[in-house]
Amino acid sequence: MIHARLKKRFPAGPDSAEFMLDAEIRTHDPVSVLFGPSGAGKTLTLNAIAGFVRPDEGRVMVGDDILFDGATNVHLPPQERRCGYVFQNYALFPHMTLRQNLEFASRFRPKLERHRKVNEMLDLFRLAELAGRKPHELSGGQKQRCSIARALLAEPRVLLLDEPAQGLDPMLRAELHDVLRNVRSTFSTPILMVTHDLEECFALGDRMFIFHEGRVAQQGTPPEIFDKPASLTVARLLGIYNLLQADVLTLDPGRNTCTLRLGDCELAGPYLPAKFKGDRVWLCVRPEELRASPRDGRPGLNQVPVQLKGATPRPGGMRLEFDRELLADVPRSEYERNRHNKEWIVEFPSAGLRVL
Amino acid sequence: MAIDWFPLWLSLRVAALSTAFAIVLGLWVAYLLAFRDFKGKEVVDALVALPLVLPPTVLGYYLLVALGRGSPFGKFYEWITGSPLVFTWQAAVIAALFHSFPLLVKSTRAALESVDTTYARAARSLGASEWSIFTRVTVPLARRSILAAAAIAFARSLGDFGVTIMIAGNIPGRTQTLAVAIYDAVESGNGSLARVMVLVISAIALLILWVANRLAPRHLFG
Repeated sequence: MIHARLKKRFPAGPDSAEFMLDAEIRTHDPVSVLFGPSGAGKTLTLNAIAGFVRPDEGRVMVGDDILFDGATNVHLPPQERRCGYVFQNYALFPHMTLRQNLEFASRFRPKLERHRKVNEMLDLFRLAELAGRKPHELSGGQKQRCSIARALLAEPRVLLLDEPAQGLDPMLRAELHDVLRNVRSTFSTPILMVTHDLEECFALGDRMFIFHEGRVAQQGTPPEIFDKPASLTVARLLGIYNLLQADVLTLDPGRNTCTLRLGDCELAGPYLPAKFKGDRVWLCVRPEELRASPRDGRPGLNQVPVQLKGATPRPGGMRLEFDRELLADVPRSEYERNRHNKEWIVEFPSAGLRVL
Repeated sequence: MAIDWFPLWLSLRVAALSTAFAIVLGLWVAYLLAFRDFKGKEVVDALVALPLVLPPTVLGYYLLVALGRGSPFGKFYEWITGSPLVFTWQAAVIAALFHSFPLLVKSTRAALESVDTTYARAARSLGASEWSIFTRVTVPLARRSILAAAAIAFARSLGDFGVTIMIAGNIPGRTQTLAVAIYDAVESGNGSLARVMVLVISAIALLILWVANRLAPRHLFG
């Protein structure tokens, strides 16, 4: 269990605005990710847990151990916290070989056991042949594996990773994800990692915390958050939605229906609790949930006529850009067949109209 | 012309000893100044730099008062070793130490501060004590710059004149260092002797500066 409640105020400086960290994280899951834009307080949270930064108030607990408690003035030094930390630049000691780096992390063990443990780790992280090299002779991926192995050798209560995929190419990123999944299944150490890669959240995260301006804007499993962003802010941070302003026209709790007006069109969906007739709401729909097709006659139920403005190739197909600031995904073949068509129809899913 | 090489030999010995003391003391003071926050840090910082700006005679006077036979330290030293400290070659070591110490502390502090703090953080997260971080991470990473600083400090000790003559005096064969011997030779009109010694000390200084430049940053982590 990791529980951190952190408050820290940074007064405005000559070239920085005031910043207030006021975040609470509580997780029992093996891998938790902190997601958010730069400057949202993710790394600061990690540093406060590791003990590099002292919060003004709050409390940090890992398992049953209190690492920091503002009220009783407990502030363990980083040495006594046993929080494994994998830095963005890996922070391998450049004057030591890879093996010496690992040995540094297990100095507390008796010599024979240390030797065995280090060898075990070298094998586990496929570093055995590189043990005699210095960090500058290693590739980025190798350095990263060594950095993770080194952190684990100190038998940490928790493994903290600061944007581990930053600057890695897609192949190395996939390799890193494999390594972390192996760590997850081999060690019982809970992992807390900072990222601003949404795919990484899905690939690894059991729980996700969305940071925004020093606060946790939402938390949950990645699919939960994906399906139901809690606010416009979260939806914007995730950056994967069409966000459209609409007005509530009718609400019928008996039949569990509602109608919304989007510009000059009407959309039908399930009843919206806690909304009133005439409310202005944000419609939040992912491009792949929309069905786009060339216009053919009058638009039907939940169909909106739109004009094609552009298209961008995507790994899975084409992302079409329409007026009304709508994005929709279609298979490439569908687009190729109708690429000269300007008039299109976009169909909204009636069951899953998401409203904020 | 027969040249007495004792002053050169004495100068090298004095400089080596004072540099050794300066490294041990200087590393500690540089560590405190670089990484610790304590009351009066600015005062310590200023005190360390003071010998750089004071006239050597003033510094020498202070030391004479502090280490003289009448002073508590002087008495203590005499009680321990049986002989006074001032006007011995050991006093020349102290004179050279005060002369080179500020330079060493300044450059060592800069060298320690230039080591990326992430390494210390990483070591802390691995449970290493502050002492082992200092000896096994920070100092090894800054070792080239520290060695360069030590070389400069050595060169500086070699050339001390003012403080040495104040507290060690000018006793040929006992406390006469090279810098003092050159002054002596010029005063007594022995121009050729002075020329030889001037050339020797210049060559040594040049050599040391060359070594220091080779050591200093460029490839700090090589």
